[in-house]
Amino acid sequence: MSTTPPKTGGFIPRDRVWQPDALTPPYKTSIKRSPQAALLSFPSTLSEETSPVFGHNLIGKLDNDLIHNYAKDGESAIGPRIIVHGRVLDENGRGVAGALLEFWQANAGGRYRHKKESYLAPLDPNFGGCGRTITGEDGSYEFATIMPGPYPWPNGMNDWRPAHIHFSIFGHGFAQRLITQMYFEGDPHIKLCPIVGILKTQEAIDALTAPLDMNRTVPMDSRAFKFDMVIRGRRQTYFENRKEGL
Amino acid sequence: MVQKMDYLRESPSQTAGPYVHIGCTPNFTGLNMYGGDLGTSMKTGPVQGTEITIKGTVFDGTGTPLRDAMIEIWQPDAAGLFPSANETRGTPDPNFTGWGRSAGDMDTGEFTFETVKPGAVPFPDGRMQAPHITAWIVARGINIGLHSRIYFADEEQANAADPILTRIEHQNRIPTLLAQKQADGTYRFDIHLQGPNETIFFDI
Repeated sequence: MSTTPPKTGGFIPRDRVWQPDALTPPYKTSIKRSPQAALLSFPSTLSEETSPVFGHNLIGKLDNDLIHNYAKDGESAIGPRIIVHGRVLDENGRGVAGALLEFWQANAGGRYRHKKESYLAPLDPNFGGCGRTITGEDGSYEFATIMPGPYPWPNGMNDWRPAHIHFSIFGHGFAQRLITQMYFEGDPHIKLCPIVGILKTQEAIDALTAPLDMNRTVPMDSRAFKFDMVIRGRRQTYFENRKEGL
Repeated sequence: MVQKMDYLRESPSQTAGPYVHIGCTPNFTGLNMYGGDLGTSMKTGPVQGTEITIKGTVFDGTGTPLRDAMIEIWQPDAAGLFPSANETRGTPDPNFTGWGRSAGDMDTGEFTFETVKPGAVPFPDGRMQAPHITAWIVARGINIGLHSRIYFADEEQANAADPILTRIEHQNRIPTLLAQKQADGTYRFDIHLQGPNETIFFDI
């Protein structure tokens, strides 16, 4: 019996039953933007098992502080102050160090700073709405921001997005690339939203809903919410008898 | 009861939404952040190999161009080596990042990548794959990012021996994966999300 540790194989196949479908008619934009042919399934190759390297030196001091990273000197963004923190893990439960996280959100009134956005809520001159960070050795991250507001969007006649923060996650293989959204515990819009509604199970909705974390809350300063994210893991194997196409 | 499996489930995907550019290419939307957007240049100095330009547009099922998509590409250098921490086969071109990100043109949606023609990379069983670039597309209305590959129509011999291209059941769809060289020397790679010319998307 060998005592060498198992080798790292390719990525664990993505669970397409768990993940949302491409075509989800209540979210109308998906109707003409969803592929209709079956996806072509193949094992990951070097093209998907590698990815660019983003070093910690990329990150500026205020990149993970949305309260201040667009604000004038001595001023700060308007809204309830919060800290969002958690870990990036892989499917094997290991923390992913060095993952690039980019996040963006509406301001406290539910308005994005974007030229194609026309919601009547005002812009906050001190809030840009984006930030980024790189995870630490154990996969942990945190950033400071303000609580985003819910906002109406053109889909049905009266659809509102729950308060949410968008996340883009870059791990160590292009196959792990993922974009998702974080929701806030207790938001009554979660149940009503057609974009949340593409998730197939309550378990999937829960996986994107951040609880209030009183232990990380800074008294008299900021509340905290905990949001862990999981990206694809790689197979561990003693045996790698890859036949053609496997 | 059997033992409990302790694997975690991948976080469910959600659409990048209409404002993905605020988060990933803020300078493109007019926010002056970070000293520039990531992925706008794939070259940090003189590069080895053949420099190429790839242009394309993402179309929806009605043939309307998407103007709110984000496209990322990832590829090896001209020698087939990835500028990645996971690359163990050699030293890649130090002036090539291998990774590009484009928001497309604000008015037309057309994306442009200034890159190099990629070298060939082996398949897991050791056979060589045809030169290709991995592409990833997200946008409002796309619930989970779409992976595809950009192969080159002028690599006929390598394409004919490629382990993936040769296994595709619907061979008449292969042209959707081929970048075509244009009269001006650039390559064209349009992406059709659905319809008769729907691009082949990968579950990989």
